[in-house]
Amino acid sequence: MELLLLLAFPIAGAALLGLFGAHRRAPELNAALSLATLLAACALAARVIRHGNLLLGAEQFYIDPFNVFLVALTAFVGLTTALFSRPYMRVELEHGRVTVGRLRLYHAMYQLFMFTMLLALTTNNMGLMWVAMEGATLSTVLLVTLYRTPESLEAGWKYFILCGVGIAQALFGTILLYVAAGKVLGAQGMTALLWTHLDAVKTQLEPTVLALAFVFLLIGYGTKVGLVPLHSWLPDAHAEGPTPISAVLSGLLLNVALYAVVRSKVLVEGALHSRLPSMMLMGFGLLSVVLASLLLWRQRDIKRLFAYSSIEHMGIATFAFGMGGAVANFAALLHMTVHSLTKSSIFFTAGHAAQKAGTQMMERIRGLITLSPTVGWGLMLGSLAILGVPPFGVFASEFLILTAAMHAQPWATPILLGALAVAFAGIFSKVQPMVFGETNGRRLPHPPALLPVFAHLAIVLMLGLYIPPYLAEWYRAAAHLIGGP
Amino acid sequence: MTHLTLGQQLLDSCAALLLLLSFAMLSQRRVVTLVNLYAMQGAVLTAATLLLAWRTGEGHLYLSAALTLGLKVALLPWLLHRLIRRLGVYWDTEPLLNVSGTMLVGLVIVVFSFALAQPITLLASTATRSAVGIAVSVVLLAFLMMITRRKAMSQVVGFLSMENGVFFGAMSASYGMPMVVELGVALDVLVGVLVLGVFFFQIRERFESLDLHHLEALKEHE
Repeated sequence: MELLLLLAFPIAGAALLGLFGAHRRAPELNAALSLATLLAACALAARVIRHGNLLLGAEQFYIDPFNVFLVALTAFVGLTTALFSRPYMRVELEHGRVTVGRLRLYHAMYQLFMFTMLLALTTNNMGLMWVAMEGATLSTVLLVTLYRTPESLEAGWKYFILCGVGIAQALFGTILLYVAAGKVLGAQGMTALLWTHLDAVKTQLEPTVLALAFVFLLIGYGTKVGLVPLHSWLPDAHAEGPTPISAVLSGLLLNVALYAVVRSKVLVEGALHSRLPSMMLMGFGLLSVVLASLLLWRQRDIKRLFAYSSIEHMGIATFAFGMGGAVANFAALLHMTVHSLTKSSIFFTAGHAAQKAGTQMMERIRGLITLSPTVGWGLMLGSLAILGVPPFGVFASEFLILTAAMHAQPWATPILLGALAVAFAGIFSKVQPMVFGETNGRRLPHPPALLPVFAHLAIVLMLGLYIPPYLAEWYRAAAHLIGGP
Repeated sequence: MTHLTLGQQLLDSCAALLLLLSFAMLSQRRVVTLVNLYAMQGAVLTAATLLLAWRTGEGHLYLSAALTLGLKVALLPWLLHRLIRRLGVYWDTEPLLNVSGTMLVGLVIVVFSFALAQPITLLASTATRSAVGIAVSVVLLAFLMMITRRKAMSQVVGFLSMENGVFFGAMSASYGMPMVVELGVALDVLVGVLVLGVFFFQIRERFESLDLHHLEALKEHE
């Protein structure tokens, strides 16, 4: 029931906003639908806490601690982003960057995007997961090109083609998985793509085929995670699309894609009895961290800067999942949570800052603190949080990951530490003059919604100091499920 | 290879035709012909699916064949032809790598694909070695086409042809995917083409051309 509602609200919302999305009150409707989705997600989470794992809808849906916390996170950030987008998109409308008709497209696609992500998270069928992931790409392509500038069209095209090709590889990987499973579970079975069934027989699956399948799946979904060298769509799509979309792409879509990779890894590692998937995840993760932290320095656009920071943080989480084991998995899950909350709050403030300055170029954004102390402080605190300054949650997760690395992969620790330091210097030196210094901004016709920013940062702060027992329990259960040495 | 039944031989012929069509696409610069070749690939795919359905008596394969026929032979080519007419793009420019060069790379890809397909073939329930190997080749050849072409339209046909290869792989290795997944994939492909249609008009409105040269402004800002 909760699951039905969870999926029904966004899909009905997409239809509703497709009809009335141009209405003056559409942003409120969008937020209300997101709130309803969040409530359904909370109810679902409560049910999982009470009754344990759920297998619903003729085994097509599977809810366990690993995905239920991502479902709750997705619905929560979906709501706060909808709240943020309400004044933000109104300002864009008055600045003439979008038309009323395009706002209709925007609202409908926003809900559709939420639907595809929730479907990808909750489904037990690896094939349906693929369909939902592709749907997530398709629903956001037209959002990236919402402003119809040449740059946004280019970004949209790149996004479509790269993710499309990537996802075709993932489909091939899924088919290989199906072939291998068909041998064990009976070829005609509908069950051969169900994750729970695959998980049960994973030790009997043919290792060579599964290794091949994992390569395809990792390249496919890894493109969407933004792993280097498959990342080139990510900064463009983040910088050229409207800011609320950058926030959900970075905060949510990357997580969902990483979720898909980790689900595949659990199966493949069970079959392989070797460390190949782990090594691949660690390699891609480390490469992403290092290259993204270096590329940060060359950015002049504020949203591109934080897009590269997203690549870096996804790299850290991927690396941690690659290491495996209770501590590293726990830390990676925590890192996904805090990164998602922090990064979306940064995009919220960066969006307002860019609106005030009339440009996304960092050298022309100055003195936020005098013009609008809340935006200034929001950006400063958010940046400090994402850079891993204690006592924010990112510090806790990065500390845990580094500790685990020291233990399991000592060679990687100095590389990680070095990259983190480079990223720290890169981001801090660019954010500091934007926040302080002489102001040059303008007043906005609608007051920005900063409640989401501070709500996110407060949660991140709390997670740095204290993790509620049920959340820790989820993380632990999920970490156990993901396994590793 | 030892004795092959008639069905297997027919399936192999379908696979060979698919590969031939892939090479034809690789060398073709006329966009209308490209779409026609894609439709022919769809037709061969339908035939292969029907063949498998007849051999195995699997009901869902008939459905899947009907889906392929409707979507890949009729609807998508029709949509693409309409787009071509309305946008007036008939020719692709010279590819980034000349035709003979592309063909040579294509040959290497085919050899590589057969090596790659070996472990899968050992496991596959239906296929002779060639079918799976060819499926992988079709995917990679389509990939090559996407890399070497400049026009958005040819890249899209390449993308769709890649999906054909994946589909044929599923068909020859394991009698296709479960129906719900196949339907979902078909829906995604259809929506994808529709989204692209909208997208093309946006590009055209902005640049008055579909040459992807224009889409090269977003280099790293240095």
